[in-house]
Amino acid sequence: MITIEGIFGTRMGRVIGGWLNKITEINRKYATPRIRMSRSVKIALLFLRLYLVLLIVLLGYKFWTLIK
Amino acid sequence: MDFGSTFFYKYRRFVKALKIYLLLAGPGLIVMLADNDAGGITTYTVTGAKFGYGLIWFLLLLLPVAYVVQEMTVRLGAVTKRGHAEAIFDAFGSFWGWFSFLDLALVNWLTLITEFIGMTAALAIFHVPPIITIIVVSIVMMLMVLQGRYWTWEKIAILFAALNLIYIPAAFLVHPSVSEVISVGLIPHFPGGFNGTLFFFLMANIGTTIAPWMIFFQQSAVVDKGMKEKDIPWGQMDTLIGSAFTVIVAIFLVVVTGTVLYGSEVESAAQAAVIMMGTNPWLGTFIAIGLFDAGFLGAICISLASSWAFGEVFGWAHSLNLKIREAPWFYACYLFALISAGMVVLIPNAPLVLITLFVQVIAVTLLPAALVFLILLLNNEEIMGKYKNTALQNIAGTTIVIAIIVLSTLYGITTLFPELLV
Repeated sequence: MITIEGIFGTRMGRVIGGWLNKITEINRKYATPRIRMSRSVKIALLFLRLYLVLLIVLLGYKFWTLIK
Repeated sequence: MDFGSTFFYKYRRFVKALKIYLLLAGPGLIVMLADNDAGGITTYTVTGAKFGYGLIWFLLLLLPVAYVVQEMTVRLGAVTKRGHAEAIFDAFGSFWGWFSFLDLALVNWLTLITEFIGMTAALAIFHVPPIITIIVVSIVMMLMVLQGRYWTWEKIAILFAALNLIYIPAAFLVHPSVSEVISVGLIPHFPGGFNGTLFFFLMANIGTTIAPWMIFFQQSAVVDKGMKEKDIPWGQMDTLIGSAFTVIVAIFLVVVTGTVLYGSEVESAAQAAVIMMGTNPWLGTFIAIGLFDAGFLGAICISLASSWAFGEVFGWAHSLNLKIREAPWFYACYLFALISAGMVVLIPNAPLVLITLFVQVIAVTLLPAALVFLILLLNNEEIMGKYKNTALQNIAGTTIVIAIIVLSTLYGITTLFPELLV
């Protein structure tokens, strides 16, 4: 069985494992957003998602034109 | 009461209020003067050289913009006792939390590199090698935080912030025509007509006024300082005074370069300082010291904003009131950010210009999210209680946030595709 300790060595593996556990713990702690998802909040979050997608597409396009 | 008694009573009240303010002043003043960081100083220098006094009126408009946004962080921090990174995780869940946190860590680290570029360029004018600048600055910045008291750190930071005002005496050295400054600078107009270049500069000035790290820094600083709801009016006053200072400094710098370098092709503040050294060594020295101080102030705030955010998210002890053994990860983050950013500047042929441009682009991926979350959080009665935004605050806040998002996005896009401006 592949383990983190097997890939990175015992000492480093333990550190990385600790970090991954911490990230899992944080994800669990904040799994449910505290803010009430009203219509305005949903619209704002949708806008932010679309905005980020647009920026990522633009960055990707720039990167593609640079390497072309 | 006779006149003397009334005067004495008012004087005592004023002194008392001033003492309270001096105790509570700090986060707003520091964040606002640090807003004029190396990148900001470069923007104002080039603006003055390109348009003379023509855009001073526009800089005045930035005062309410900076105040409205940063004032919200004071209320949010004082009420929730949480930094902005933690507040986003808590309110919007882990997806938006990780996005904001990782984006902040990246953009802060890149911005920190630009601060080191500014500091090394400024001291290179005095023949100080970059490696010495980076080592000495890193040591001083570590010593500032390691003394274990937020209050002491804050007062030292205010001293460095005060040095940012060096552009005021610099403006007196160039003997500008006051009537020209008023007639050209204070009447709104677009020098040379509204074109792509002018629009780029307007966007750049807006972009340098509100940066993502400022929102995270001030909220965390308010929490670390231990400000409570009752301290909000003082925090607001601190932010207002800071906003006024940031605009005053910007205007005086534009007056300097608008008087001495108007019409010259200047690309950076360091280049401007070198040119001025040739004509007036005092002036060149002032500009170089100001650039160094701007980079230094920006660096201390940005590296702290990152360390606070790491501490908030990972649940580590994160306060300047703690000793190094009590908050080792907090100080380790701070040190790592400083040393790694400083080392990048020392790499021969490192793409520093590309990094500087990249900062502007990455910042626009985070700024809208940070601002939208700020407005949403400030409108949540469950979180903010009676301190939530009023209708007037919402109108002002939302208008400004939309304007910043549109202009900073266009700025990022035109940085990415400069051919769009032609």
